[in-house]
Amino acid sequence: MPEVTMATRAPAAASDAGTVLGVKSLEAWYGESHILHGMNFTVNAGEVVTLLGRNGAGKTTTLKSIMGMLAKRAGSVRFNNRELIRLTSDRIARLGVALCPEERGIFSSLDVRENLLLPPVVRDGGLSLEQIFELFPNLKERLSSQGTKLSGGEQQMLAIARILRTGASFLMLDEPTEGLAPVIIQQIGHTIARLKKEGFTILLVEQNFRFASTVADRYYVVEHGKVIDGFSNAELPANMDKLHGYLGV
Amino acid sequence: MQALYAQLLVGLINGSFYALLSLGLAVIFGMLNIINFAHGALYMIGAFCAYFLLNIAGLGYWWALLLAPIIVGIFGMVLERTMLQWIAGLDHLYGLLLTFGLALILQGVFQNFFGSSGLPYAIPDQLRGGMNLGFMFLPIYRGWVVVFSLVVCIATWFLIERTRLGAYLRAATENPTLVRAFGINVPRMITLTYGLGVGLAALAGVLSAPINQVRPLMGENIIIVVFAVVVIGGMGSIMGSIITGFALGVIEGLTKYFYPEASNTVVFVLMVLVLLVKPTGLTGRAA
Repeated sequence: MPEVTMATRAPAAASDAGTVLGVKSLEAWYGESHILHGMNFTVNAGEVVTLLGRNGAGKTTTLKSIMGMLAKRAGSVRFNNRELIRLTSDRIARLGVALCPEERGIFSSLDVRENLLLPPVVRDGGLSLEQIFELFPNLKERLSSQGTKLSGGEQQMLAIARILRTGASFLMLDEPTEGLAPVIIQQIGHTIARLKKEGFTILLVEQNFRFASTVADRYYVVEHGKVIDGFSNAELPANMDKLHGYLGV
Repeated sequence: MQALYAQLLVGLINGSFYALLSLGLAVIFGMLNIINFAHGALYMIGAFCAYFLLNIAGLGYWWALLLAPIIVGIFGMVLERTMLQWIAGLDHLYGLLLTFGLALILQGVFQNFFGSSGLPYAIPDQLRGGMNLGFMFLPIYRGWVVVFSLVVCIATWFLIERTRLGAYLRAATENPTLVRAFGINVPRMITLTYGLGVGLAALAGVLSAPINQVRPLMGENIIIVVFAVVVIGGMGSIMGSIITGFALGVIEGLTKYFYPEASNTVVFVLMVLVLLVKPTGLTGRAA
């Protein structure tokens, strides 16, 4: 992969303690279903933090709750010292939070270029189109294709690329490697490592913890809508058995 | 032969109204998921707006073309903010019932004050008279209606399919939650879209005023045909609504010439056929 030169970005101002995201007692409901029963975790500036857990544990719901996409939420979500729990998702996005959803959310009624340019620039510090094309060269060739005509891997690149333009400093990636070929997964791993170097803070949801271990600084294990364990990357080898137990692999 | 061309012209004119009205309906259904039964009443109010602008404010046709869509569009946005937004996301039936009720109320109010007979609205001086094309005599105003409607339809299509704003609209139609999570004020966009659809209806009303007179029930008859047009063309398909609108107007006109007994029903027969063969409409995307 060619060396990408990006102008050094100053990461968006984190709070003094370096905590970008502080989630406390976060609860969430889909209609009547009580999905999150009190999530507690933090993400510090420049970190890649991974939420691990089985299907249905509440990882995606957590990301969507932070993003304000769930109507019924309770608890506290502090982002750079701003409370997000009462805000609508467009307000939250404008504060510098961006989500790459699990289903990717590529719009079929838009071509690739329109998909890429759709999320508005909400603050300075976002990548330029040139920088994005350096990271994802195949996107440049497919600009006029219909968004959903791209392969799974290309759609994933597009879904990540479009939130890099916005100037959001805190990215939430929901299962970015799901269903993708190993070569693409490697590319995504390189991309995340690159973004980390550029000062982005990333909250990752992954089932593939082998992939997560190549990029993550810390892990939280989620079960039944609660965080039941957490450890750093250094502690990972010692906790492998425990982790296998949690994830049922 | 003259009669055929005359009937074709009537068909094109009706097709212009069908296209403008079904375009607004399609845009509203795409974004709001509401079957806007009030559309015919808003078309009527557009015509009345032109009438009031002339007879109360002394503002003529050209002012009406500009102001009536804006005024009625704003009225539509008020309707959306006060009533329609609360039923968004519910079953289509609620939108249909609510807007149907609105249509009855609006028509009833106007009927109360103006009865059922038509009020006159003169063709503007600049568009009076006609041209002899050799194979037929073309009244200038009628030619203007067709050309102007085409221009407005194509401009609307361009706005939606080829501009940045249109991309927001198309994306929000597909996945409003995600678009909002990118930082776009989707509720405001929805309001403006309803206003746009309503504005198009009012514009059709102004165009129609010199031809069809200004009557409280003028929307009632046309709205049923327009729904058939939208079903045939494909709900939510912009180009589909435009092409189908003009085409069905022409088909209606031809039927009137060749087999007049069927002219009132031909559109509905086609609608039934399309529903049986391709329910999403001729150009509609699969739901």
